[in-house]
Amino acid sequence: MTEDTNVRPPLIDGNKDFQQVTEDICAPMERRPTNLWWVAILVSSSMLLLGVVAVTYQVATGIGTWGLNNTIGWGFDITNFVFWIGIGHAGTLISAVLFLFRQKWRTSVNRAAEAMTLIAVMCAGLFPIIHMGRAWLVFWFAPYPNFRGPLWVNFRSPLLWDLFAISTYMAISAAFWYIGLIPDMATIRDRATTKYRRMIFGILSFGWDGSQRTWSRYETVYLLLAGLATPLVLSVHTIVSFDFATAVIPGWHTTIFPPYFVTGAIFSGMAMVLTLMIIARSVMGLQDYITTRHLGAMCKIVLTTSMIVGLAYATEFFIAWYSGNPYERFTFINRALGPMGWAFWIMVGCNVLVPQLLWFRAVRSNVAVIFGISIFINIGMWFERFVIITTSLSRDFLPSSWASYVPTSIELATLVGSFGLFFTLFLLFCRLLPVIAIGEVKGAMKR
Amino acid sequence: MIDQRVVMVFESADDLMSATRAVRESGWKIEEAYTPYAVHGLDEAMGRAPSRLPYITFLCGLVGTLLALWLQHWTSSVSWPLNVGGKPFNSLPAFVPVIFEIMVLFAGLGSVATLLIRSRLYPGKKVQLPSVDITNHRFALVLAPQDASFSHDEASQLCRRHNAVALHFLGDIENKK
Repeated sequence: MTEDTNVRPPLIDGNKDFQQVTEDICAPMERRPTNLWWVAILVSSSMLLLGVVAVTYQVATGIGTWGLNNTIGWGFDITNFVFWIGIGHAGTLISAVLFLFRQKWRTSVNRAAEAMTLIAVMCAGLFPIIHMGRAWLVFWFAPYPNFRGPLWVNFRSPLLWDLFAISTYMAISAAFWYIGLIPDMATIRDRATTKYRRMIFGILSFGWDGSQRTWSRYETVYLLLAGLATPLVLSVHTIVSFDFATAVIPGWHTTIFPPYFVTGAIFSGMAMVLTLMIIARSVMGLQDYITTRHLGAMCKIVLTTSMIVGLAYATEFFIAWYSGNPYERFTFINRALGPMGWAFWIMVGCNVLVPQLLWFRAVRSNVAVIFGISIFINIGMWFERFVIITTSLSRDFLPSSWASYVPTSIELATLVGSFGLFFTLFLLFCRLLPVIAIGEVKGAMKR
Repeated sequence: MIDQRVVMVFESADDLMSATRAVRESGWKIEEAYTPYAVHGLDEAMGRAPSRLPYITFLCGLVGTLLALWLQHWTSSVSWPLNVGGKPFNSLPAFVPVIFEIMVLFAGLGSVATLLIRSRLYPGKKVQLPSVDITNHRFALVLAPQDASFSHDEASQLCRRHNAVALHFLGDIENKK
């Protein structure tokens, strides 16, 4: 029998039946954790502990513990905030946008990517609270009837829009993720061998029975949530970019920011998905489900968004020159050739040059090289936010107010702590819940 | 005529679909089908209308939109108008982002809540599955108690034709091939 080359290869390897899929995906969470997992959680929770210590110290002492000054009022904290919120965007892209585009390969990665979104949004949400200094007054953000008038929040401020955008994003992502988990948790409930496992997953699966009526409503809700999450994800980073674009600082005050930030977010998030998936597939033994074809598809998204981001960098420089605005021109010359130029070149190197390797099929099918590239992009995209925020602030209109910025150990420890929180929660997720959407993989199988 | 519900168990979605169509042609009443994943086209095969849930979503979104519009207008220009940078108290364009976010929040959570309420899904609910392995790899078709047109032999034949792996009555422990 000759093989038809027009037929796409199956989404998962190993010619599995439904029973085998359930078995493979549930196995890592039903056996004892591997040594590698213990090492990973030990490292990440130590990083988290360092972060907890640093945050406790800075909340107790005040934001004087940071390297900020009158000129540079936004440093590491806002950089980290934008970085983490950007990471989250790829999860929604995979779960919602690719669902609407009927990209069936997403079924192998959407669960983990959604978990990544939730965790990244948690990490992001911490930073504005830390940045406030008096973290215990965070409820002042909310429009509630108070005894100061009532004095209301300023609904014309993008910072307040951020609060609404991020809390909505968090709520919708959590709902999307949990709804997706319900049928899979029912599967785990029904195959559980221990009493406690059956009880816990029985509670968590809400009495799911897989009836057609429920599935039909479930699919409708899934589609509706995907339809709502797609514009939502665009709005979240658009609003984050408004934090900058509505200010008058040269280097921030540009109309390109919303699409530029959204693409950058998807770019960085997709790189983080690659990082996590490459770790997860080898640690949990899921190579048949997250194949090199899946990684290759994500590489293509990374390459596309990398070029859009590169175009945005170039457009910014062109418009700075074309606008004829001397402050804008100076800001961009300073960004590339000034004292913080090194950060700019790290950004360009990691985000525009390194991803060009993904043009080659040999690179896209080499897991180790993809992993390396994804790490470069993670670093580059952190630097992108650092460059935008810090270099723009360091030299604005008045040379007399120019200043530089060096982060303190507390700020570095907080950044390390946020990575600790991210990886700790992700590792716990890998242990406790199905990393791959069992039901969705079955639905996408050709059987 | 029987009072018990008949359960037919299949190994593939295709068999379930063809059996469903055949059962409907025989004029027997289908109570429910149980599958390990969402089988597309099964609602049509069972003759069921698509869910009306999108109307609820629209309604929730509308409520969110109006609420956010009212909240921002009322707080900014009625309750305590504050002059912020000389901008109008009722700065409608600046209110759009929050209106959008609240619309999405209400529509999204409203749809999820409707799903949970309509399908009676809640933590701690006791579940009675009609057959084993239907959340893993099997597909079950449950027929409602039938009238005189139902015959056991015909049901067995139908099962054989559509590769059913089991046919039993609810309450029956023994699975008959």
